[in-house]
Amino acid sequence: MYVYDQVDRNLVNERVAQYRDQVRRFLAGDLSEDEFRPLRLQNGLYMQRHAPMLRVAIPYGLLSAMQLRMLASIARRYDRGYGHFTTRQNIQYNWPRLEDSPDILADLASVEMHAIQTSGNCVRNITSDEFAGVAPDEILDPRPFAEILRQWSTFHPEFAFLPRKFKIAVNGATEDRAATAFHDIGLHLQSGEAGEVGFRVIVGGGMGRTPVVGPVIREFLPWRHVNTYVEAILRVYNRHGRRDNLYKARIKILVKALGTQEFARQVEEEWAQIRNSPDTLTDQELARVSAYFTPPDYDQHPSNDEADFGCHLKQNTAFARWVGRAVKQHRVTGYRAVVLSLKKTGVPPGDASADQMDLAAGWSERFGFGEIRVSHEQNLILPDVRVGDLLTLWEEARGAGLATPNLGLLTDIIACPGGDFCSLANAKSIPIAEAIQRRFDDLDYLHDIGELNINISGCMNSCGHHHAGHIGILGVDKDGEEWYQVSVGGADGSNAGGGRSAIGKVIGPSFKANDMPDVISRLIDIYLDQRDEDERFIDTVGRLGIAPFKSGVYGAPLRAQREGVAADV
Amino acid sequence: MSEIILRDSLVADDWQLLRPLAGDPVSVPAGRVIVPLAVWLDRQAELAARGEVGVWLTMTDDPATLAPSLPLLSLVAVDFPKFTDGRGYSIAYLLRSRFGYRGQLRAIGDVLPDQLFYMKRVGFDAFAVRADKDLRQALRALQPFTDAYQGSWDNAVPAFRRHTRDWPRATKA
Repeated sequence: MYVYDQVDRNLVNERVAQYRDQVRRFLAGDLSEDEFRPLRLQNGLYMQRHAPMLRVAIPYGLLSAMQLRMLASIARRYDRGYGHFTTRQNIQYNWPRLEDSPDILADLASVEMHAIQTSGNCVRNITSDEFAGVAPDEILDPRPFAEILRQWSTFHPEFAFLPRKFKIAVNGATEDRAATAFHDIGLHLQSGEAGEVGFRVIVGGGMGRTPVVGPVIREFLPWRHVNTYVEAILRVYNRHGRRDNLYKARIKILVKALGTQEFARQVEEEWAQIRNSPDTLTDQELARVSAYFTPPDYDQHPSNDEADFGCHLKQNTAFARWVGRAVKQHRVTGYRAVVLSLKKTGVPPGDASADQMDLAAGWSERFGFGEIRVSHEQNLILPDVRVGDLLTLWEEARGAGLATPNLGLLTDIIACPGGDFCSLANAKSIPIAEAIQRRFDDLDYLHDIGELNINISGCMNSCGHHHAGHIGILGVDKDGEEWYQVSVGGADGSNAGGGRSAIGKVIGPSFKANDMPDVISRLIDIYLDQRDEDERFIDTVGRLGIAPFKSGVYGAPLRAQREGVAADV
Repeated sequence: MSEIILRDSLVADDWQLLRPLAGDPVSVPAGRVIVPLAVWLDRQAELAARGEVGVWLTMTDDPATLAPSLPLLSLVAVDFPKFTDGRGYSIAYLLRSRFGYRGQLRAIGDVLPDQLFYMKRVGFDAFAVRADKDLRQALRALQPFTDAYQGSWDNAVPAFRRHTRDWPRATKA
């Protein structure tokens, strides 16, 4: 993985010093709330419901064992012993003190991490495929480009006060595992006709109040121009994006207002002026950064690894069930990538305790090369586990509550922290996730239902990516009460949704919290009743549309509605 | 006479900023005056004949409009209505890089110490820091970073072209 050199180290250390001084001046009253806000946000610090929240970047989802141990140590020392992994490959601490935040950033800097630009109206953490470098369907490794873009966008002087936040995702595989169509810029690495490397460029996707599957503005951009092309997009957006209305300030609104063609024309016109400027990448720089992402020294395996593994699968159904969900194919024979589920019932989705982080760090060293990944589905990944180690890893992970065999299934719920923590939320997310997980706690039933993504957001900001959920749940406020709007048919571009990117359709009026498990049960009953052999939920929705789901859910009164009637009598 | 930061030093400044109220007849006082873009475009010949003249741009003014007359100007200012309005950074960058302006480029309006470094990088060399802010503190905030990854006006050459950056140490044999 990438290792800082003196340039990177100096910048991050100088940032800590700058921020420490800003906090001091804020506490001394020299900076007003309004003046301090964008400064702390661009260092990851929010003011939340109970306490500040610190969001730390995990660039393109990649962590070393040492870094994960530091995240655990910060959780113990400055927080309440846990952290929350987010849909944008960040980790959030919910209980730090403002006064401690400079020390936390200094601790992070000591392991080559930071919270730079994890919030605010600037270019955020660059996200990517959590299986980069190990996935069999990889075309080209996206990590060198994600790192190059991380450096280019860090402290870019012209783009620190954009109309709104700006999110970039890079994918390099056949399957889109980075939800690129839902980002401000989505970059798809590909080989051109003559084998040259470049990107398909998507601009103006997003979630929020106006969900958009981003359009392609350029089919092929030669790799060395990626920085200058992104610069051209940002300059057009910085100058012409709306600043009069918070809800119309994302780049997607500008792209819609101008039309894709006109927007693309303006970008090309701007780019023509800068296309060979010094930010154009060199062979040398790509080679240098790529050299940090070369494959580790994989072992040549004794051939009986696979045979023993086959025996274990036959003898141990619980192990086999976990392998079926959590263990992914690897490009190197004898290895697998393992997903540690952070979706155990009763634990908020994406939360990990400091002890679990330490354990995962230890496993990454014993059963890999000391590397851990974080996925936008809010799970942890050990990318390089030998087949012969899977049984031991499973036994230990099970003991630590990290081997729930539910990956890609209904209970692998993606959820934001919601109203329990976030001051923006209209409604809670975590208790809804838990109530649904409890309803579907029967593993046989869960596996019979099959692949299904449920996404929950506590408000329109869509941190839980509800628009892209096969079932999406959105918290809404109705006269001060928490209600939930349900949509079906969303898809994030991954194979779980057939490779499509789609925005879910709302099935009708929203529901009260205690009806939500029944609503999900009804959706599932309709699906099981209507499914064609092995058809997945998302495919049944695709075939039938939302009508049967709508009539099935609203056809008979739900419990809370019935109880409401009874109470009135 | 007020103090501003000009090329990293505090200096006394005698430029007058003309902010006419909408609808009022515009009278340009004697001395060194910074006029709005519309006034300049209206009365260019007359103003140019007076000697040193400056023009200030709003966030919605297109810097391309000013490009032909840049050689006549001693000063261009960009007015930040709020420090969080980032359009002025692109305006400055374009004035310098695209339109070749080499005279004084001044940030006016809601100009605060913590933004000076970025402003300096995109091409501002003069800062009329908001009156309630400590100018000495602002001077100290000019250079929080000794280096930068990416090119901009102050140095178009990114770090990877300026430094011999580290390659990974030879990994296990």
